[in-house]
Amino acid sequence: MRSISVEGITFSYPGRRAVFTEITLAVEEGDVYSLLGPNGTGKSTLLKCMAGLISPSQGRILLDGREITGMQPYEIARRVGFVPQTQVSPFPFRVRDIVLMGRASHLNAFATPSAKDDAIAADALAHVGISHLADRPCTAISGGEWQLVLIARAIAQRPGTLLLDEPTSHLDLGNQMRVLDVIRGLAEEGMTIVVATHFPDHALLTSSRVAILKDQRIIATGSPEEVIREDTMRQAYGTDVRIMHLGDPINRRICVPVAETFQRGVP
Amino acid sequence: MRPKTIGAKSAYVDVGGAPVTGTATTEPGQADGRSWGERHPGTVLVLLLAVLGIVAFAALMLGRYIIPPETVVAVILSSVLPIEETWSSTAASAVVNVRIPRIIAGLLVGAGLAISGASFQGMFRNPLVSSQILGVAAGAGFGAAIGILLFDSLVVVQILSFVFGLLAVGMAYGLSRVRSSTPILMLVLSGIVIASLFSALTSMVKYVADPMNKMPAIVFWLLGSLNHVSTPDLLVLGPIIAISILGLLAVRWRINVLTMGDEEARALGVNTERLKVIIILLATVITAAAVCMSGIIGWIGLVIPHMGRMLVGPDNRYLLPISVLLGGAFLIAVDTVARTAAPAEIPIGILTAIIGAPIFAILLRRNNPGW
Repeated sequence: MRSISVEGITFSYPGRRAVFTEITLAVEEGDVYSLLGPNGTGKSTLLKCMAGLISPSQGRILLDGREITGMQPYEIARRVGFVPQTQVSPFPFRVRDIVLMGRASHLNAFATPSAKDDAIAADALAHVGISHLADRPCTAISGGEWQLVLIARAIAQRPGTLLLDEPTSHLDLGNQMRVLDVIRGLAEEGMTIVVATHFPDHALLTSSRVAILKDQRIIATGSPEEVIREDTMRQAYGTDVRIMHLGDPINRRICVPVAETFQRGVP
Repeated sequence: MRPKTIGAKSAYVDVGGAPVTGTATTEPGQADGRSWGERHPGTVLVLLLAVLGIVAFAALMLGRYIIPPETVVAVILSSVLPIEETWSSTAASAVVNVRIPRIIAGLLVGAGLAISGASFQGMFRNPLVSSQILGVAAGAGFGAAIGILLFDSLVVVQILSFVFGLLAVGMAYGLSRVRSSTPILMLVLSGIVIASLFSALTSMVKYVADPMNKMPAIVFWLLGSLNHVSTPDLLVLGPIIAISILGLLAVRWRINVLTMGDEEARALGVNTERLKVIIILLATVITAAAVCMSGIIGWIGLVIPHMGRMLVGPDNRYLLPISVLLGGAFLIAVDTVARTAAPAEIPIGILTAIIGAPIFAILLRRNNPGW
């Protein structure tokens, strides 16, 4: 059983108002769980709590039934992979060496990676379709490629659950779809996935469950159809959207902003 | 292969095809932006080992008395083989009692400062730091200065220097603790605070010291020299430095992970606080031991890792061993110049920069590195 259950957690940075209060959500094995919500509502903070990187001031987080606060970093990392927001290394490591870092939780403190770890890293690169970048310096690849490198690194970690922090922000349309496709593929292979995103449309495309974080709490949670509605989107983002169904051959729901102020004056 | 790059970081690509060694050329079909050395770190390691051997041998020959190579070999072999003595006792004494201890000291100090610097640059994610960033040299310098001021014993000076070096870093580390973690920025700032405190205290000691006698002793000591290295020094401090170097080598791959930043390294399963303590402790012990053997020698901890990166790239699995060999060879070479270039010995702390700066400037201009 691989699951993350977040039970009534409150998080605040010292001396400041809480980022969120008494949040509860349950990620079940096989979920693709999208976290929506406006800028600054603590989606990243929530993911970092779930990855054990920061500790909530109240409440608890259970990872596969065990409380996360008592676990060693390597124990958490073997269960949960975290893909942070784009941040390039200050040193021009080769892409394969970056992916190799995913093996850290499987090696003791004084070990260097073996040929087996090299092979796992190479597999992970192939998995996201960027084997051709293996020997490139990581400072000389595009933003979309870097995002795929970080996902490959998390795959090399061999976790059951993957947490992704806005993996499609800052990417062009083609790269957004490439990253979403990798996420879909991982979900099909049985990886549990939690993804913070700014795009309701991406949540519609990939998710099995969605939660909206706003004003320190979760204002809606459930299936994408239940949660991504015109009224909830308006409540979350303060702007009008239309949810429409595109017919054949696309056959899916989309979410677009109405943007009525732009339509004045158009004949 | 998409031509797009992230920001202005693309300068790194230029490194391709311009091998630092100047003798090899890029192999066809390897246009991945890596130099020859980056693709063959093992070969670079072996070549540097040979360079180190040659430098050390040259250092045995050169000095106020130039000893021919066959005599050097014979003197060394005579300690294990029954060889008829055809050389003067002066030559034997110069090799065995003076030059060999100095060369071993130069190797240990140069290697130690270089690997400490390389480890700190990885840990601080900043290629501009050296092992002195946390104030170890400032503390050790102060310890030595009061030692010279108040006592006449070299051993006391060395002990005080070592203790104050550790104390300074301990203070900087304590100052930087924020809720059971040590953010890198806090560490750097705390290091700056503690280092300036101890350099001010050192200036104070110099100011009150007897200007005819004690003050020059303090100044010379702070400038650094392998002049007063003795065999007992080596027997005590040598193993300390050597073991600490091995310790840093053991965690060298973890330092790679640490360069991704604390949070990411932790997400990858690294106990970052423990690893940082290990690195700080080992690098500080090395630097403090080096300072109490040879005074303050700057520059090596900052620049040797850069030269290493030009040779084999940023991967600490190779960079750390390369830094050990480069640092050792560089300091032995510089010390040989210090011993031979002028009638009186030149303080080595001055020479490392005077010799190293132009070399580094040339390498920098030629290679346009991407960090």
